[in-house]
Amino acid sequence: MIEQYSWGRIKASKPAQIDFPSANYSFLQRELQYLAKGNLRSYGDEAYNDNGIILNTLHLDHFIHFDRANGVLELESGVLLEQILNLIVPCGWFLPVTPGTKYITVGGAVANDVHGKNHHKVGSFGCFVDSFTLLRSDGLIYQCSRELNSHYFYATIGGMGLTGIILRVKLNLLTVNNHAIVTKAYKFRNLEHYMELNAELERQSTYTVAWIDCLASGRSLGRGVYYTGEHAGYLERLPAINYNKRTFPFTPTKSLINGLTLKAFNTLYYNRPVAKSPQLVHYDPFFYPLDKLLNWNRIYGRKGFYQYQCVIPNAASDAMREILRRISISGNGSFLAVLKTFGSISSGGMMSFPRPGLALALDFANRGNSTLDLFRSLDDIVLTHGGAIYAAKDATQSREVFEAGYPQLNEFIKYIDPLFSSNLWRRLYGN
Amino acid sequence: MQNVIVFGSNSTIARSVIDKLALERCNFYLFAREKSQLELQINDLKVKYPDINVSADAYDALVDTGEILNGKIKQAFDQLGRVDLVFIAHGNLPNQSACEENWQDANSALKVNGLSIIEICHNVAKRLKEQQQGTIAVISSVAGERGRQSNYVYGTAKGMINIYLQGLRNSLYPHNVHVLTIMPGFVDTKMTTEFKKGLLWAKPEKVANDIVKAIHAKKNVIYTPWFWRIIMRIIKLIPENKFKKMKL
Ligand SMILES: Cc1cc2nc3c(=O)[nH]c(=O)nc-3n(C[C@H](O)[C@H](O)[C@H](O)COP(=O)(O)OP(=O)(O)OC[C@H]3O[C@@H](n4cnc5c(N)ncnc54)[C@H](O)[C@@H]3O)c2cc1C
Repeated sequence: MIEQYSWGRIKASKPAQIDFPSANYSFLQRELQYLAKGNLRSYGDEAYNDNGIILNTLHLDHFIHFDRANGVLELESGVLLEQILNLIVPCGWFLPVTPGTKYITVGGAVANDVHGKNHHKVGSFGCFVDSFTLLRSDGLIYQCSRELNSHYFYATIGGMGLTGIILRVKLNLLTVNNHAIVTKAYKFRNLEHYMELNAELERQSTYTVAWIDCLASGRSLGRGVYYTGEHAGYLERLPAINYNKRTFPFTPTKSLINGLTLKAFNTLYYNRPVAKSPQLVHYDPFFYPLDKLLNWNRIYGRKGFYQYQCVIPNAASDAMREILRRISISGNGSFLAVLKTFGSISSGGMMSFPRPGLALALDFANRGNSTLDLFRSLDDIVLTHGGAIYAAKDATQSREVFEAGYPQLNEFIKYIDPLFSSNLWRRLYGN
Repeated sequence: MQNVIVFGSNSTIARSVIDKLALERCNFYLFAREKSQLELQINDLKVKYPDINVSADAYDALVDTGEILNGKIKQAFDQLGRVDLVFIAHGNLPNQSACEENWQDANSALKVNGLSIIEICHNVAKRLKEQQQGTIAVISSVAGERGRQSNYVYGTAKGMINIYLQGLRNSLYPHNVHVLTIMPGFVDTKMTTEFKKGLLWAKPEKVANDIVKAIHAKKNVIYTPWFWRIIMRIIKLIPENKFKKMKL
């Protein structure tokens, strides 16, 4: 029996079959539904295709061409960001946008139009995709770019794998001097203080992100630590990478995250000393703090966990306060929550999640109905204030919330491949 | 190591071994079944290691035997000059029940996983003997150590290789040619994608690391990961009377 688990491990998916796609792949079983999967770092049911065919892209892992002078990289869609960084950083290039883990595939990065800590300055991953090839179930390979087959281009960026399978991607890279990042940390007392700090730091800094203590309440609601980062200039001595990877060894029957461990952790985190002066660090712990503990998702136990990520338009910061208040009251929240503002640069992806506003992401142990009830009350706030929920993290949103969050949905639907579908899509739209 | 020939170069384990050897600046002559895959692999290596030489030719274990194989191997030796390592990693995991149903399936499984490997060894052994140096490293399997109902056709092919390599190691010893038998346990590769992975499963990078180390250290037989040596010792100790009743 084949089983696959996405990052949240809420429930196993049972595809009928796993295939290895290639450029001459033929879609023979026309009674089944197809879906590509990358490295299963999406949290919910987006990369699931129960009773259908999963196209495993992890073996589409070849580099095709690297223009070292101009920073243009062409590669197959199953290459992991980690492999890209290993290749390009020593040559003076960097990923122009990276999410909080390097264990995702390029295909997954395109399909969710992922965002990074520099969204406010440069936009999302799709902004740096020059072109890609898309295999659809008619057996044809479409060359897609802003000029060629542009409707497929914009439908596939953020298109959740529904438009076909991305085979190859051509990316524009960012030039850097070395692997070092200069980072600085600032504490903020509450959400208002965050907004003030952010308004100033966002203008100056390339990378910004804030960790907040989601249990804090009252006047401390939304307190946390704000980090900024810049690629370092020319350096004589470079910081070494200073940690070993560990693997969380087993899946406990019960979640190790409970009221007590949470409270202790968040309080300790907020109160830990924060260096006043800028620190020079390797990019790895700066961008990928969670990758340090491989399989950390297992600490939530057999029932798994959800991530809730929403974005609220800039005008509605009161809505964010209300969201934080409800999470704090529920006592249900996670280790740290992540707060980040998105800017207005768009990749043009019809279904892209990032848009100007304030984005919050945090994990919730799966406590069944009480967790789902909380999500429903948060969804209501998102809905009334014109926000959206991120499909890469989602397993629960309703069709109503989804439709309100993605105004180009009807245009997008035209480009869905007739043989492609996913659990997420069937959850929202039936068969 | 400087000049390396690889059979089945596009298998997951072989690709990982090639990556490690490429860091040591080896030049390669690659054989794999599909031309399109070979082209991809060459591009990939050129991007990652711009200063090594890579050539390639298509090779199909079921078709390319006798003079054709000889010609292909000669070409590889001519191109590389002296050959330091021949690494044989091709094979497939046949469906045991299909093999029981159709002799054709069993026959080709035995050819791909057994006879074809022996033919390559036979051919390159002569050349390495002439050179008076070199290493032949072959991926076998712990499945070749005891026949089990779940995959004894595959096991038979691997068992055949194991014995052949013992003899070859013995016969090439005076000629300064080394033979390494590699016994991987369960490895998480393309071949095993539909299996449920448990604690005994290893990542290809780990296996590749063990292989490269063993090649350098001129080991005779390695189990990778190491604990398979113990597991197989125990499995081989079970008396046949008991073993035949077990469901393995
Ligand atoms: C620790 C952690 C931190 C994260 N931080 C961020 C963050 O900061 N910003 C952010 O945006 N996201 C973040 N994510 C989410 C992650 O970036 C996305 O879920 C990403 O899409 C996962 O890629 P994957 O290769 O694992 O794809 P999968 O999870 O396997 O698949 C995700 C979707 O991509 C589709 N897909 C994958 N490959 C292809 C292909 N070749 N062709 C067509 N469709 C394809 C699938 O069908 C599916 O719909 C984070 C995730 C984790 C676990």
